[in-house]
Amino acid sequence: MNRFAQLFAELDASTATNAKLAALQRYFVEAAPADAAWAVYFLAGGKPRQVLPTAALRTMAVQRAGIPEWLFEECYQAVGDLAETIAHVLPPPTARGDVGLADWVQQRLLPLRGAEPAEQAKRIAQWFDELDPAGRFLLVKLIGGGFRVGVSRLLVQRALAAHAGLDAKLVAQRMMGYTDAKATPDAAAYARLSAPAGEGRSEAGQPYPFFLAHALDVAPADFVAKLGPSSDWLVEWKYDGIRAQLVRREGQVWIWSRGEELVTERFPEIVQAAQALPEGTVLDGEIVVWKDARLAPFNLLQQRIGRKTLTRKVLADAPVAFIAYDLLESQGEDRRELPQRERRALLEAALQGTALQLSPLAQAADWDGFAALRRQSRERGVEGFMLKHCEARYGIGRRKQEDLAAGTWWKWKIEPLSVDAVLVYAQAGHGRRASVYTDYTFAVWNRAPRDAAEAQAVLDAIERREPAQPGALQLVTFAKAYSGLSDAEFTEVDRVIRQTTIEKFGPVRSVRPSLVFELGFEGINRSPRHKSGIAVRFPRMLRLRADKPLHEADTLQSLEALLAAGTIAARESPP
Amino acid sequence: MVSSDLVVQRPEGLYCPPGDFFIDPWRPVDRAVITHAHADHARRGHGHYLAAAPAEGVLRARLGEITLQPLAYGEVAEHRGVRISLHPAGHVLGSAQVRLEHGGQVWVASGDYFVSGAGDDNRTCVPFEPVRCDCFITESTFGLPVYRWAPQREVFGAIDDWWRANAAQGRTSVLLGYSFGKAQRILAGVDASIGPILVHGAVEPLNAAYRAAGVALPATQLATGVSDKALLQRALVVAPPSVLGSAWVKRFGDCADAFASGWMQLRGARRRQGVDRGFVLSDHADWPGLQRAIAATGASRVIVTHGYEAVMVRWLAEQGLEAGSFRTEYGAEDPANDPANDGEAAA
Repeated sequence: MNRFAQLFAELDASTATNAKLAALQRYFVEAAPADAAWAVYFLAGGKPRQVLPTAALRTMAVQRAGIPEWLFEECYQAVGDLAETIAHVLPPPTARGDVGLADWVQQRLLPLRGAEPAEQAKRIAQWFDELDPAGRFLLVKLIGGGFRVGVSRLLVQRALAAHAGLDAKLVAQRMMGYTDAKATPDAAAYARLSAPAGEGRSEAGQPYPFFLAHALDVAPADFVAKLGPSSDWLVEWKYDGIRAQLVRREGQVWIWSRGEELVTERFPEIVQAAQALPEGTVLDGEIVVWKDARLAPFNLLQQRIGRKTLTRKVLADAPVAFIAYDLLESQGEDRRELPQRERRALLEAALQGTALQLSPLAQAADWDGFAALRRQSRERGVEGFMLKHCEARYGIGRRKQEDLAAGTWWKWKIEPLSVDAVLVYAQAGHGRRASVYTDYTFAVWNRAPRDAAEAQAVLDAIERREPAQPGALQLVTFAKAYSGLSDAEFTEVDRVIRQTTIEKFGPVRSVRPSLVFELGFEGINRSPRHKSGIAVRFPRMLRLRADKPLHEADTLQSLEALLAAGTIAARESPP
Repeated sequence: MVSSDLVVQRPEGLYCPPGDFFIDPWRPVDRAVITHAHADHARRGHGHYLAAAPAEGVLRARLGEITLQPLAYGEVAEHRGVRISLHPAGHVLGSAQVRLEHGGQVWVASGDYFVSGAGDDNRTCVPFEPVRCDCFITESTFGLPVYRWAPQREVFGAIDDWWRANAAQGRTSVLLGYSFGKAQRILAGVDASIGPILVHGAVEPLNAAYRAAGVALPATQLATGVSDKALLQRALVVAPPSVLGSAWVKRFGDCADAFASGWMQLRGARRRQGVDRGFVLSDHADWPGLQRAIAATGASRVIVTHGYEAVMVRWLAEQGLEAGSFRTEYGAEDPANDPANDGEAAA
C-alpha cells in the first residue's frame, strides 16, 4: 500500500503527462506483479463493488476523531472530499504497517463485505491506526468505491506499453474486460497484459488512429475564395454523439472510442448490427441514441453512458445506432489513402444489407445554399456541418493545414445560444476547486427593468433580504454553470463573491448581484427545476460582461423567445 | 456588552477602553500596540507604536520613520492604569501576545501564534509562552481539526529529500514561502550541506534583520547575482509566491517548484497552487495547537478572531467556555482563498 500511496501522491502532485508516465513506469518496475495487477485495475478505472457505504466510514471517523458531527461537516465543506476529510480528522497513527496492495484488497477489503458491522468497525479502526493520512485517504476511496486519480485509462495503457515495449493500442485491446467489476486481477492477468506481441489473445481488433477535423474560422462570404466551389466537398451533418471506430475482423466486432478506449461492451445493439458487415471492414462514425426513428438529444446518450449495467430498460429507453461516415478498411485492405469520394462509395457498398446507418450527404447548389441549410442544425439536433474535401485522404490526428482547400476535414459548427445573465448564488467547487466559489447559479429578469433605478431598488431589497412580491420585478434563476472561466477569472469572481455575500446556506452563498455573464448553452427546455420554469443544456460561461450594467441583463422573455424558436422548429422533420 | 471588557471591537481595530489604545489597528490611530510586523497587523500612520524589542529592526525597516517604544518580553509598561506586557508568540521574529491587566482582570490578545507538537518550536524566534488570563483573544487561521501539522523534522526531511533529488537531476529547487517569517524558517530548517542557497531580493533584507537579532541562518546569496549554471543546478532558491510564473523564475529554466504553507495540507489547495510539490509548513498553530494554547491560558472566556471564527466559537462553547468573536481585517476574509494571494498574513 505504501508504494501505491507513493505512486498516487506522485500522480496527484503533477500535472505534466510525462511526469505521470515516468512515475507509472517506475512503479511497474518496482512493484510486485500481484500488486501491479491491482494498481492497473484501479488506475484504469476499475471499481469493485462498494465494500461499505461511505456514510458508515464517515460515522466511524467521527467517533474515532472524537468530534461532533457538525464539526466534521464543517471540515468536509472546507476540504471538499470525504476521504480526505476522514484522513485528516483522525488522530495520528500509533503503528505502521506495510501490507501490499494485492493483500490489502484480497485479504482485507473484499472479505470485509460479509463481516458483522461490529467486526467491520473494529478492523477499520485498526487500519486507520496503522496508516498515515495519504494511506487512509486511499483506504477510504477503495472501501467506498470512489477511487479516482488524475490519469486516464489511456495513460496507464501508454505507461504499461512503454514498460513492456508494446504498442499502446495492443495493451488497450488486451485490457478489454480487465476492469470489469467482477474481475479479480492477479499476477497472471497482469503478465498477459504485458506479454510480448503475438502471444495471448487474438489481437485482430487493432483500430486505426482517428483523423480529426479543424474548426472552420472563415466567414461564409469567403468560402469560395478559401475552400473553392462547394461541389468539391462532401457536406454532412455534424452529430453530437460519440465518435467511434468499428472494427469487423475474424468474425468479431470491436468498438473503439476516439480516446482509443475499447467500448465494445457498452453498445451491444451496434455489435449485433455490425455482424452483418463484410469480413475485414473498419468504419468511422458516430454513436447516437436513435429512438422512434429519429435522432435523440445527447443527454439521453449521456444518461446511457452513465449506467453501469445495461438493463433491458436502459436498452429500451436509450437505444443506440451507429451512423457511419467513413471507411478505413475493406476486404482487409487499408483504404485510408484513397480519396474521400472513393471511400464514400466503398462505405455505401459495405453498409448494404446491414442495420448500420449511412451519414446522409446534405445537398445544396452552393455555399449560400449550405449556409441556409445549416440554420436548421439546432432543430435537427446536430451541431452544424462537417466539410470533407472530395480528395481528402484519411489522415492521422489533427494535421496542420496551410492550404485550406487541400483535402482536409472542417467542422462548420453553429454558435451556441446565449443570454446575459446575473450571478445570484455561488457554491464552492470540489477537488482542486475546493474552497473556491466556482459553481454559480444564474438568473434573468422576469421582465425588463424600466431603468437602472428600478433594477437598483430590487437589488437593495435583495440585500435587505426582503422576498420579492408576486408579479413585481425580480431575478428568476434558470441555470447553474461552473465552466468557461480561467483560474485567474475564477479567483477574481471568488473575491467578488466573498465581498458581496449576503447569506450563507451551508455551502451556498447568496450574493448582492453585481456580475453579468454571457452564458452559452446548447438547448433550452421547460423544466420545473428552476424558478424561471426553464432549463438549458450544457450551460457555460462564455465571458464576464463587465461592460453590461445589471439592468440590461436579459429577461425571461429572451429565454421564452429562444424556447419558442426551438419548439416550432422541432416539429419539422429530423435529418 | 460588559462594560469592564479590556478589549472591544472598534471600526479602527481592537481597542482597550481603559488604556485608550489599540492592538494591531487597521486604521490610523494615536496609540497602537503591535503584535508583529506582518503587513496586516503592523500598518503605517499611527502616532505611537509599542512592540516587542526583537521586532524593532523589522518594524522600522518596513514602516520607516515611526515613534516606537520597544518593550522586552515580560517587561511591564503602564499606561493609564493598564499594565501592558508582551510575551513570545512563536510566529515570527519579535511576535508577541499582548497581556493587559486592569481592574483585577487579565486579558491576552494573541496576535498570530505558532504552537504544534511537543518539541516543534519555531527555531527562528522565541517559542510561544502560555500566559494565564481571564480572557484570551485567539486567532483561528487553521481552526479546523483537519489541520494537524506533522513533526517539523519530518517536514524538513521531506524538503531536504526533494532538494537532494532535484540537485541529483541537475534541476534548481524553487521553494516558495512568504518573505518574512516563512523564508527564514525554511532557511533555518533545511540541511544546508545539500547545496548553495539562493534567495529572492525580497527575502534577503529580512534575513539580515534576523541575523542582526542573533538568529542563526545558513549563508545565502541573491539569486539575481548568480549565473554559474553548475551552481544553479544544485541550488535551493527561496522566494515569495508572487514570483510564480514571472520572468524572475524563468531564469531557472526547467526547475522544480514547491510551496511551503499550512494550506498545502489539503489536496485542493495544493493542486490549485499549480506547483510540483506542497510542503505543509506553517507559522500558525494547528488545531491541536490552538486547543492546547487556549487550555494553557486557563481562560474561562475566549474571543476568536481571523480564520474559522464560527467553528471555533461553537466548539469552545460546547467545551463549556464563554466564547465570542471579533471581526478583524487581518489576513484574507476566508483563509481558504489565501494560497493564491501574496499577502504574507497567513500560512
